[in-house]
Amino acid sequence: MRMLILAMLLTIAPCTRALAIDVPESVLAAEQQRIAAIAKASACTISVFSPGGGGGGSGVLISPDGYAVTNFHVAKPSGNFMKCSLPDGNLYDAVIVGLDPTGDVALIKLVGRTDFPVATVADSDQVQAGDWCFAIGNPFLLATDFQPTVTYGIISGVQRYQYPAGTLLEYTDCLQTDAAINPGNSGGPLFNAAGDLIGINGRGSFEKRGRVNVGVGYAISINQVMHFLGDLKSGRIVDHATLGASVATDDSGRVTVTNILDSSDAYRRGLRYGDEIIALGGRAIGTANALKNVLGIYPKGWRIPLSYRRDGQRFDTYVRLAGVHSREELWELVQGPTPAEDDPQHPDGKKPQGPKLPKIPIPQLPKQDAAPEAVAKLFQEKPGYANYYFNALERERVWNALLTHTNCLGRTGTWELRGALADGGEFALQLRDDGVTAKWPNAGYSFDTEHDFDAQLAPEHSGGLLVALHVWRRMLVRGPAQFGDVFYHGQAPLPEHPGLFDVLVGTHQVVETRFLFAESDGQLVALEMFPDVQVDPCELYFSDFRAVDGQALPHVIEVRHGERVFATLKLEQITLPAATPEDASEEDAP
Amino acid sequence: MSMRTLYACVLVTACGLGANISQAASYADTIATVQPKLVKIYGAGGIRGLEAYQSGLLISADGYVLTVWSYVLDSDVITVTLDDGRKLSAELVGADPRLEIAVLKLKATELPFFNLDAAIGVDVGARVLAFSNMFGVATGNEPSSVLHGVVSAKTELTARRGVFRTTYRGPVYVLDAMTNNPGAAGGALTDRQGRLTGLLGKELRNAQSNVWLNYALPIEELVAAVEDIKAGKTRPRSAADDVKRPVDAHSLAELGLALVPDVLPKTPPFIDRVVRDSPAGKAGLRPDDLVLFVNGRIVNSCRMLADELATLDRLEEVRLIVQRENDLVEVVLGGP
Repeated sequence: MRMLILAMLLTIAPCTRALAIDVPESVLAAEQQRIAAIAKASACTISVFSPGGGGGGSGVLISPDGYAVTNFHVAKPSGNFMKCSLPDGNLYDAVIVGLDPTGDVALIKLVGRTDFPVATVADSDQVQAGDWCFAIGNPFLLATDFQPTVTYGIISGVQRYQYPAGTLLEYTDCLQTDAAINPGNSGGPLFNAAGDLIGINGRGSFEKRGRVNVGVGYAISINQVMHFLGDLKSGRIVDHATLGASVATDDSGRVTVTNILDSSDAYRRGLRYGDEIIALGGRAIGTANALKNVLGIYPKGWRIPLSYRRDGQRFDTYVRLAGVHSREELWELVQGPTPAEDDPQHPDGKKPQGPKLPKIPIPQLPKQDAAPEAVAKLFQEKPGYANYYFNALERERVWNALLTHTNCLGRTGTWELRGALADGGEFALQLRDDGVTAKWPNAGYSFDTEHDFDAQLAPEHSGGLLVALHVWRRMLVRGPAQFGDVFYHGQAPLPEHPGLFDVLVGTHQVVETRFLFAESDGQLVALEMFPDVQVDPCELYFSDFRAVDGQALPHVIEVRHGERVFATLKLEQITLPAATPEDASEEDAP
Repeated sequence: MSMRTLYACVLVTACGLGANISQAASYADTIATVQPKLVKIYGAGGIRGLEAYQSGLLISADGYVLTVWSYVLDSDVITVTLDDGRKLSAELVGADPRLEIAVLKLKATELPFFNLDAAIGVDVGARVLAFSNMFGVATGNEPSSVLHGVVSAKTELTARRGVFRTTYRGPVYVLDAMTNNPGAAGGALTDRQGRLTGLLGKELRNAQSNVWLNYALPIEELVAAVEDIKAGKTRPRSAADDVKRPVDAHSLAELGLALVPDVLPKTPPFIDRVVRDSPAGKAGLRPDDLVLFVNGRIVNSCRMLADELATLDRLEEVRLIVQRENDLVEVVLGGP
């Protein structure tokens, strides 16, 4: 035996030496680069285990304070709390933050560190069929030793559309890969060759061989996930978007409107039956699938560019996307069984099943342990929310950021604003708790809180400027806690403004107002006052911030309604009342 | 380690990274040159797990398409979607039942195509790309799916479909890419430069191990058959064809076959009864078998089957290919 081993050693030795000589430097360098990419990518990949140990999946960390992305169909069966392992050998408690049942995405938060390793997020629109990629995760829940599994492949296709189950788990604009995606890979990351995050694996095409990889896996594009990240951080059950119109591809390859709701924003922006849709969200539209792909990557409420053509003439506008579900519908869908449990298309992390055995009830089965204190305190139940704790947290973050510039809490006396309109003439505004009085060059307007707000939308064609100014002052002097019902909605773009904006939504009397705060410095830069869900809002855009009485206040207010600028107010004098001490403190701390 | 050594190391690594970008290069450019030569084919099916689509290759600028012979083509209307999204109706030119390949013709010009005569052979271990519309993932102008893999073996096909051995026993490329998927058959196997080397085969199991096979037919095995099909040797016989009719020809009665009642202009030639101890009975034909080919020529109605038999001398053997549920079965009747 010893002779044999020795003989083998002797044969192997020259071979290995010969190999070492033959391998070109570039190959060795490529190998090193791949090793480095996998090491970097593995560090931020988590394995998700449901507390009962019955299921699980994968996920990926995207912030040092522990926010991680996984699939809805992985997080949902786990309930509100889960255990997540890192390849460093540690197990962390995690809590649900937000759910996107339509997009099959969930945001969770790991606790216990502020220096979690995080993925480098790539631009998934740059990914092409043929690019090398690799998936890391917990297939077949193999990572019981906390070491994830790496599978390598290429991108087989991009901008794929995979149909939903009902209205949930719709994969739009997704990446297709031949890297092995198996049950348990769900929620885990797909990386490009450099180890940067391009997608979240969640689905495959399976057929005759049961739910194991047959070379056709799908990943949600990371760009879609990033569009939804603000909404997910709001602790809400977030919704996807619809145009309010249906389309069809005709024989000449044009996508035309076959039906449109006259209550939709698209209709108000001029889109009509028979119009050809040229582009949406900056992407050319050549098939009905292409349109569904674009709609699927944006949250409800976003305003995205739309180009359409009628009688040879091209129209360019921004359309505000409507929701697919009502809040009640979403809530009910999330309460019910996950479609994935019955749907063979979704690797939801369960081990492959043999013949079904009858369930034997075990009355003595111990109840599942209560959630650990560290995560239990990060959870607050509220209908319509995945976890209301995070909504209150984000609402406070946004509000406190504004207070560093502008703190008008308690200044409940009369606000006097004077200035000139950009197109000529002087104006004066008086904002009070009980209403607004406006002097315009050739007219006077007033609004009072005694009557329905939606019946006092003066001046004409402004969409309700006086009401909008009233709710603006109300938010500044009362804060979100006393304004009315105020929640953090997430992040959204503004037409012709770069970047994303934090959105607080406040309801007071019958009007709903969206307050938009700059991500960079937290300043309140716009608000949109909706007297009704089916009409265009009155939009105020605030700029030229200057200190008044120590508080940064806008000295230019642009007023927009529909497609038009109603007026631009150039403020020359703002007179603020002193704060009333008893009103200055907020009561309802979350 | 001194600062200078560290710096040198960093430089070396950086250079290495630069060099390997060409090594681990994306296949995107190659794929872009291949995709326009692939088509999506839609026809019969759509029930009981039989997908109504498959893949195909353009093999001439004037619209010849190479694909696999399958139930999908057993339809009056075959639709082909080009890579640019154009939908065209296709005519079945003919098929080779032994290789299970078929050629379609589109009315089009100036199409990008694979030149079959320029197809290359590849060795075991070669890296390859497999293009197809598996699972019907792509529609319209969406590009086909691409898998990467390695040729694991070049060997004789030993496969079965259901309980029947396949008719083709020639060489195939065995792949480690998962090409054994619905709709993948008829797709292209290329090398890393996008040069055609094989046609992705139909879904089959290995006859010995029972596992699903990922394989492609080498183009070099198909070229002669494709020429025959294009030359009209397998196409359905038309009235214009001048054929010599033997005095003593085969007939349904003599072979022991009765077909279903011929009630339509194109009644599909299903077998209704088989006479025991007749040539048909001995060959194992069964009621409900659908006759597809007689000696390599397509027959798609009861009338065409009877006419075709009338052209064959009774001293010759008759080679029938029938569809039995999802399977193609080849039988030989009569002869010396």
